[in-house]
Amino acid sequence: MEDALLLHRLQFAFTATYHYLFPQLTMGLGLIIVILKWVGLRRRDELYNQAARFWAKIFALNFAVGVVTGIPMEFQFGTNWARFSTYAGGVIGQTLAMEGVFAFFLESSFLGLFLFGERKLGGRLHFVAALMVFLGSWISGFFIIVTNAWMQHPVGYAPGPNGSVTLESFGALLGNPWAIWQYLHNMSGAVVTASFCVASAGSYYLLARRDEAYGRIFLRTGLVAGLVSSVLMAFPTGDAQGKNVAFNQPVTLAAMEGLFQTKEGAPLVLVGQPDMDRKRLDNPLHVPRMLSFLTYYRWGAEVRGLDAFPETLWPTNIPLLYYSYHIMVGLGTIFIAVTAAGVWFLRRRRAYTARPLLWILLLAFPFPFIANTAGWMTAELGRQPWLVYGLLRTPAGTSATVSAGNTLFTLLGFLGLYFVIGVLFLLLVLRTIGDGPARAAHGERD
Amino acid sequence: MPLLWFCVIAFMLALYVILDGFDLGAGVLHIAIARTDDERRQVLGAIGPFWDGNEVWLLAAGGTLYFAFPLLYASSFSGFYLPLMMVLWLLMLRGLGIEMRHHVNHPMWRAFWDGTFALGSTLLAIFLGAALGNVVRGVPLGPDGYFFEPLWTSFTVEPDSGILDWFTVLMGLVSLSTLAAHGGNYVAMKTAGEVQRRARLGVRLWTPCVAVTSVGALIAVSGIRPGIWANFSADPWGFIFPVAGAAGLGGMILFNRLGKDAASFASSSAFIAGMLASTAFGLYPVVLPSSIDERYSLTVASTAAGSYGLGIGIVWWSIGIVIALGYFTYLFVSFRGKVGARPEGY
Repeated sequence: MEDALLLHRLQFAFTATYHYLFPQLTMGLGLIIVILKWVGLRRRDELYNQAARFWAKIFALNFAVGVVTGIPMEFQFGTNWARFSTYAGGVIGQTLAMEGVFAFFLESSFLGLFLFGERKLGGRLHFVAALMVFLGSWISGFFIIVTNAWMQHPVGYAPGPNGSVTLESFGALLGNPWAIWQYLHNMSGAVVTASFCVASAGSYYLLARRDEAYGRIFLRTGLVAGLVSSVLMAFPTGDAQGKNVAFNQPVTLAAMEGLFQTKEGAPLVLVGQPDMDRKRLDNPLHVPRMLSFLTYYRWGAEVRGLDAFPETLWPTNIPLLYYSYHIMVGLGTIFIAVTAAGVWFLRRRRAYTARPLLWILLLAFPFPFIANTAGWMTAELGRQPWLVYGLLRTPAGTSATVSAGNTLFTLLGFLGLYFVIGVLFLLLVLRTIGDGPARAAHGERD
Repeated sequence: MPLLWFCVIAFMLALYVILDGFDLGAGVLHIAIARTDDERRQVLGAIGPFWDGNEVWLLAAGGTLYFAFPLLYASSFSGFYLPLMMVLWLLMLRGLGIEMRHHVNHPMWRAFWDGTFALGSTLLAIFLGAALGNVVRGVPLGPDGYFFEPLWTSFTVEPDSGILDWFTVLMGLVSLSTLAAHGGNYVAMKTAGEVQRRARLGVRLWTPCVAVTSVGALIAVSGIRPGIWANFSADPWGFIFPVAGAAGLGGMILFNRLGKDAASFASSSAFIAGMLASTAFGLYPVVLPSSIDERYSLTVASTAAGSYGLGIGIVWWSIGIVIALGYFTYLFVSFRGKVGARPEGY
């Protein structure tokens, strides 16, 4: 049984982590394509339209992989987490079904028009198609976040038959205070990813001295969108989400911060390694009293450490949770610094020739993917040992009839298939970037 | 209320089979009816803007099932663990087949993805039928409402048979022939020239297989699950569904002869809808029969979610589905007509 639990968790973690590499770019790039097309339409500037066409090609590839890797996510609630689905399906079935009905139809219908119909639709309607695809992906994200937020902070439910839960308030479910900040935080993160990808491609064209007109558009758009979204990610969304954790999952906050002992005037740890045997943080480097201030706006406020909670309530993998959180925050801070520097160069009209800046941006694009992944690991590891926080523990949610052997079989299958998909995706994206924006045709096949 | 949701999910699944069925069927016939690169691009161009949206009906039906009948969703998805995972992998490979081929202009690259697309579509068509076969035959549901089925055991129909036995394989063949003919009708409707001619020939060859396998399956069902006729004798108006299905089959033969592809496509759609509706009508109120003991069968009442949630759901589902049908109409109208001999998109 232990083996099966671990394998169910590994399979879901792997498929979810891999899947989310794609939607974050889809959602962010959807917004950037809408902006490019808007500017192209307003200024009647064909260069912006062509830039949008180029990103639409990458968007299409990315969207396709996002869709095919997304289907297993919905299936796995039933296949691998049957007891959880029986328990909570009456509540979160609402939001998952709404995602299908409201978001998937919108996205898939307009994606066809957006990718194949530019000539047929003309500029304005094609802009509407792009806008609809963007809206669809953001609505989809909303329902997924509401679902996750309910698992983090269950609201609007009542006890149902056979120990399950049933929906009591639809308004409370959709208006979950946890969901709103988590959504805005997550969407800012998606825009950061897309901005860095766009800026990275722009830097490449400028450094390689080819397609430089496009390179300048990409760099400009990426840097400005990147700065705005990086700042929003930290404040107010990251700050508010941190407070959600502090007030609703205080033991998670203690684990994230590596705070083993309850303390008045708790420090904010920058670097250090949790030592679970001695229950302390090794080699800590910290800002005194900062955690108390950030959480309660009082320098001397008491923050409860792990010692204030029984060990049965502690997250199951505290070091990994601690590192995920610190990687997310550390990278987020670096994103603000890099994009702020870039925008400063832009204003001084030196960005297009500042080779060190261009090199940094060229190589920086993987890091938002890492930061977004680390952020989700923080949320999900922080929710442990609960599947539904405070209501259902993770081991109680698996499919009891699916054996460890069968789960390992499918986990290996996913590893193999996703490896192939990843190789193909990289190959085709690199080809598209190599072909360059000028050659991205009018959105038809072949 | 649960009856209403039972109808909603049956409707969504039937629409899924009709819509994704035509692009699956096009995949089954792909290699046979389209030989040159141009011809293959015509087949892919005919389904290009639609196949992804068609697949969404499966996702939306799955999501709605999860929402309306959580226990049924959990029990069937975990019980059918292995075949469902394989369906997922096939859906991925098949989607890749469609999306990858046009990126590289090399005959080997394209041949590989055409093969992937055709093989994935064929296996999926068989799996869909086998899945329906499992639901009709029943699965070893215990008193806790859960079960697990291996892929196969002895291929005989007994309480501990696997996903595949002779009956579910027969149902797989029903599905394969039906979707092949259905896809052929669609391709014939959307293309001209050589591809259209071969697609019509495909329909002509596959339709007798539909008739033979369907009659076989009908006889087999009466043996395996005689109770399926009880609802029909209690409410004879239900015979409208099998009659509609039979009329659809007749229409397929007739209109194919006359070369009326749209009417033939409508007929194969009616056949699919009629057969699925008959099955749903015959099973109700059981949604997943137990092969161990009738008392363990999952029913609409024993698996439904709370009434408050189901009531709210009717509101947003109705709104959402009207909008979705609007998108689909707009999409199909936008890409109406035949794909050209050298399709530059549309």
